[in-house]
Amino acid sequence: MNEKAIVITGHYGSGKTNIAVNLAVEYAAAGEKVCIIDLDIVNPYFRTADFGDVFKDKGIYLVAPQYANTNLDIPSLGLDMGALLHGHDRVIVDVGGDDAGAIALGQYATILKNFGYDMLYVVNSFRYLTGTPEETLELLRDIELVSSLKATAVVNNSNIGADTTPQDVQGSLEYAKAVADLAGIPLLFTAAKRELDIPDTKPVDMYVRPYWLE
Amino acid sequence: MERKLMKGNEALAEAAIRAGCKCFFGYPITPQTEISAYLSKRMPKVGGVFLQAESEVSAINMVYGCASSGIRCMTSSSSPGISLKSEGVSYIAGADLPCVIINVMRGGPGLGGIQPSQADYWQATKALGHGDFQLLVFAPSSVQEMADTVTKAFDLADTYRMPALILADGLLGQMMEPVAFDDAEIKFKDASDKPWASCGHENKRTHNIANSLYLKPDELEARIVERFKRYDEIKAKHTEAECYKTDDAELIITAYGSVARIAKAAVDAARAQGLKVGLFRPITLWPFPEKEIKAACENAKNVLCVEMSMGQMIEDVKLALECKKNVEFFGRTGGIVPKPAEILEQIKAIMERS
Repeated sequence: MNEKAIVITGHYGSGKTNIAVNLAVEYAAAGEKVCIIDLDIVNPYFRTADFGDVFKDKGIYLVAPQYANTNLDIPSLGLDMGALLHGHDRVIVDVGGDDAGAIALGQYATILKNFGYDMLYVVNSFRYLTGTPEETLELLRDIELVSSLKATAVVNNSNIGADTTPQDVQGSLEYAKAVADLAGIPLLFTAAKRELDIPDTKPVDMYVRPYWLE
Repeated sequence: MERKLMKGNEALAEAAIRAGCKCFFGYPITPQTEISAYLSKRMPKVGGVFLQAESEVSAINMVYGCASSGIRCMTSSSSPGISLKSEGVSYIAGADLPCVIINVMRGGPGLGGIQPSQADYWQATKALGHGDFQLLVFAPSSVQEMADTVTKAFDLADTYRMPALILADGLLGQMMEPVAFDDAEIKFKDASDKPWASCGHENKRTHNIANSLYLKPDELEARIVERFKRYDEIKAKHTEAECYKTDDAELIITAYGSVARIAKAAVDAARAQGLKVGLFRPITLWPFPEKEIKAACENAKNVLCVEMSMGQMIEDVKLALECKKNVEFFGRTGGIVPKPAEILEQIKAIMERS
């Protein structure tokens, strides 16, 4: 990706947050000064901001709204996107699910357009409402409408949680290509859990996982 | 059967549609809003009604009206919203009408917090409203079980003409797991086949009235006694529990819902260290699985009740065991979820003491 700002959108539960955390860690490991913005004002649990320790260890700057686990039950966003873009090599924006979550993105549309941005649309064929390429495109159009931004690539993150098999991932490739073709943008990569070791996929680590496994 | 990755809240909503729920009345509150959000998209596509009421009080009274007509209907909320519904729940129980209510618990009392909790156990099993009545109370422990419980809740509510409550918590509502739905069509009675329903009869019978007002004490007493006969039948026929590694266990953990999942991890960790520990998980909270827990704990020395509260189910555990076992408690509250390692520490401390 060439642009400084990487905006990550998708359906609730498509795995946006895990992709966002993986990308942030990857860019930081490559020596970039990385900022990750948790722009999710919809979801109360399992949020980017839950991984503060991971970011601290890797020198990634985390910006999170005053919301879950604070004393506010209505989220407030007071971030200065321009200053964050000026001050970092890479800014990753993890947006809330669906068009409901993407509304919060709209206020930053002008500044993101001025700086240049990549907007990834994360898809998971195992989620409801995005089971077919047509439905998946419909949701993307809703997200684009409310955010005033256009997706530049599709990321295939099809998985069914801890039970995901290589067959599940490979079986989703056709779907992901169809989504990208319908949307008229490239399929950037298919993500799969590192341990599955599937050829031609981008291995990702699982940061978002059930804590009764710990 | 196609597998989908779903949040617990979404699974409850989809399962309701498949169980023939035709009307949903709700009001948003974290952490259960996905139920409403899902049904607002799906209900119109299946010819059902989704209605966001102006308050929880309105929503439960809409359920009262809809239930009177014999149509399968549902409402959902989280702890503070369930308190608001309690008047309506009492009226529905008093009028002997079936419906399904979902409580995705969060921290309390008052507005509390938005993180998971189990502090509404007493409210659910003892007094979700005034008067002599009970609710059927189910405590699923996985997203798949949440989906499966919805059908059971609607069926038993219809059979016994009473409200059924599914008691979940924020963790179960928000977490995602694979779910498979049975494609076979679920069979249930139409409203017109329910002899008590006020659903129109073209003057072919006397009309039915849904009502909870009985000013003559002998009439009111007779209705309550008849209702409690149904409760006796439910107690005899419909208790449910899961036993995990209890056969040779010296210490048995009792836990329900999401905490049972965490306790299971603690049991496995204890077993790995050679400690004989098991888990007893009530699936129905009312009726409480008394004979099941008695049988499971027969040879155990100690019982450890783990809850996300200051200790509520523990009273039913002690009563069911007739205070013959040493029952200890470990809980986290206010939205803090206990960790398997914390539970393991408690297990070790109790086993060392005795």
